[in-house]
Amino acid sequence: MIRWLFAGLLALIALPLSMPGLAQDTMPPAPYAYNQLDDPRLEAEASTLMHSLRCLKCQSQSIADSDAPMAGDMRHQVRSRILAGESPDQIRRWLIARYGDYVSYEPEVSSTTWPLFAVPVLVILIVAGVLLRRLGKRRGDDAGEAA
Amino acid sequence: MRIRFWLWVPLALFAFFAGLAAYMLTQEKEQFVASTMIGQPLPDFALPPAFGALPGASKADFTGGKPRLLNIWASWCLPCIAEAPQLDALKAQGVEIVGIAIRDRPEDVANFLSRYGNPYSRIGSDTISEVQLAIGSSGVPETFVIDAKGLIRYQHIGDIRADDVPKLLAELEKAR
Repeated sequence: MIRWLFAGLLALIALPLSMPGLAQDTMPPAPYAYNQLDDPRLEAEASTLMHSLRCLKCQSQSIADSDAPMAGDMRHQVRSRILAGESPDQIRRWLIARYGDYVSYEPEVSSTTWPLFAVPVLVILIVAGVLLRRLGKRRGDDAGEAA
Repeated sequence: MRIRFWLWVPLALFAFFAGLAAYMLTQEKEQFVASTMIGQPLPDFALPPAFGALPGASKADFTGGKPRLLNIWASWCLPCIAEAPQLDALKAQGVEIVGIAIRDRPEDVANFLSRYGNPYSRIGSDTISEVQLAIGSSGVPETFVIDAKGLIRYQHIGDIRADDVPKLLAELEKAR
């Protein structure tokens, strides 16, 4: 009886674990998914770019860090495009044209993200203004006392 | 008195942001990445047949006559099984559905279609997700409405449920 219960429990645990396995393809990875480019300079360019692109399947990883098949296909795109002579910036823009800013881990200035860049500058300006006024006043007072 | 009031402002601001963060944590996260290719022409592509019985798919297959559905799917994708009856229903309404099979093998495609039905007029085989990436699709299944000029007009993310069918038919009508 206890053995049956135990087996049932094991099956309950194993079932959800085995489910994601079902939803995976069995195809070999794309040629440049796990193979580096021969030219170390080009590979370095590709690698820098891949670390700054978000995996669409596993959204908190870069495509360089992910083993998802789709991330592999994205790495293949990056490497084969670099090999074909495209610049990393061109490839990034190609992806942003398809997936929006979302695909880029490097924040882009756009109509939705500009406050991210504008607010800190504004705060620094305000703080600088306040400090200048206060310090200026105090120095003025010191000068007054000294006189 | 004035100074006292201003002293509370930072604390109030902090409480506001803490509250906002707590609220946002309880909200459902939108985990789909929508394509930003809506309104853009379909990129150029030509894919070989996914299995013997149907022709492959290319951009040229989408131009002329009427709007069509472009269905991104795979035989290894579980929600694609749930979607199959809805694709059949759309086909029964006279909709042409062109499939693109992602990272798939001919024998698996044939097996899937014999089991769950074949609503497709043609199926291209995209073994490295090339076309999928080119149209801004981030998963399987996804369905795009393509008008007769080859422009991408609408994207449905995830499997098509029975109550999504009227919406897709309306989008096809709009793309006419």
